[in-house]
Amino acid sequence: MAYEGFEAGERAAGGVDSRALPLALKLLVAGGFGVGKTTFVGSVSEIEPLSTEAVITAASVGTDSLDGVAGKSTTTVALDFGRITIDPGIVLYLFGTPGQERFWFMWNELSDGALGAIVLADTRRLEACFDAVDFFERRGIVFLVALNEFDEAVRYDPEEVRVALELGPDVPIVACDARDRRSGIAALAALVEHLLAAVQIRSPS
Amino acid sequence: MIEPDGPVWPGAAAAGDAHSGDAHSGDAQPGGAWLDEQAGRLVRPYVISNGRTVPTCELDLLSMVIATNEGDPDRLDLEHAQALDLCGAPTSVAEVAARLRLPLVIAKILLADLIDSGAATARPPEPAADLTDPALLEVVLNGLRRL
Repeated sequence: MAYEGFEAGERAAGGVDSRALPLALKLLVAGGFGVGKTTFVGSVSEIEPLSTEAVITAASVGTDSLDGVAGKSTTTVALDFGRITIDPGIVLYLFGTPGQERFWFMWNELSDGALGAIVLADTRRLEACFDAVDFFERRGIVFLVALNEFDEAVRYDPEEVRVALELGPDVPIVACDARDRRSGIAALAALVEHLLAAVQIRSPS
Repeated sequence: MIEPDGPVWPGAAAAGDAHSGDAHSGDAQPGGAWLDEQAGRLVRPYVISNGRTVPTCELDLLSMVIATNEGDPDRLDLEHAQALDLCGAPTSVAEVAARLRLPLVIAKILLADLIDSGAATARPPEPAADLTDPALLEVVLNGLRRL
């Protein structure tokens, strides 16, 4: 069933109704460098993962917006993304955030309007996902932590991870094998369940 | 004319091989032909956009675009025609940028031109408020479970 709950599409033209276009939803896959974000996106995507790059302008640390051009620097971030078609009316796009480039945090176009996020964590290097956790908490973007099960990694109790990452009791922690499509899809489903639960708590019907 | 960020690539035509091959190839090299570690950003993307850096209408990373089959495709230049070709089925701005191996802003400029001319139409992404609609989330969840 196509989702038709929205009234949208101002620019109907040429006999093609832009309301017939699917709704694109954005999910972010974050985490430190080398944690498997690209692998994750690749295994759940229905298309070969694509890559695009954008130039972002970031206000330099320690300056305010009144400083103008002198206080700004630009940087190019590249990100991989994949696509999952839910039905004719909804398409999910998964964006793997650039792991080494701290400036992506300044890229509002990427984070604004994101449905939610998966923070992929490697239990051998949990500290690599501190930045992402911090970012989503501050932006109020609902996220879960997926522990990527590397072969040689020690399996930690999720509650140990919760303490290490200082996660609130409501943030789900799931196990995941980024190489495995089913496992990745299950992590995405867990995220959407979490989003649904968060909505229902906010507005009980 | 906008000053390019990096030095001008002497053989700008060499960058044209991004177009001669299969635009759908799985080569996901970030930046692709448009970046060179030594030379910096190549000039060609801004030549495509005629030096413009701001699209004529607002498009987001995930604005969905589709061709309307209006207008005369023979009158389009190569880059606009390639962008339009990718919009035969609903396609996001990000996908057009990636498949043409162009920086996001250049893809937006090309697509905005196509929208202005009536050759394409777009659906902007929904405002954030709508994302808390339980009905929407349930459809997404059920869709994922069916995969």
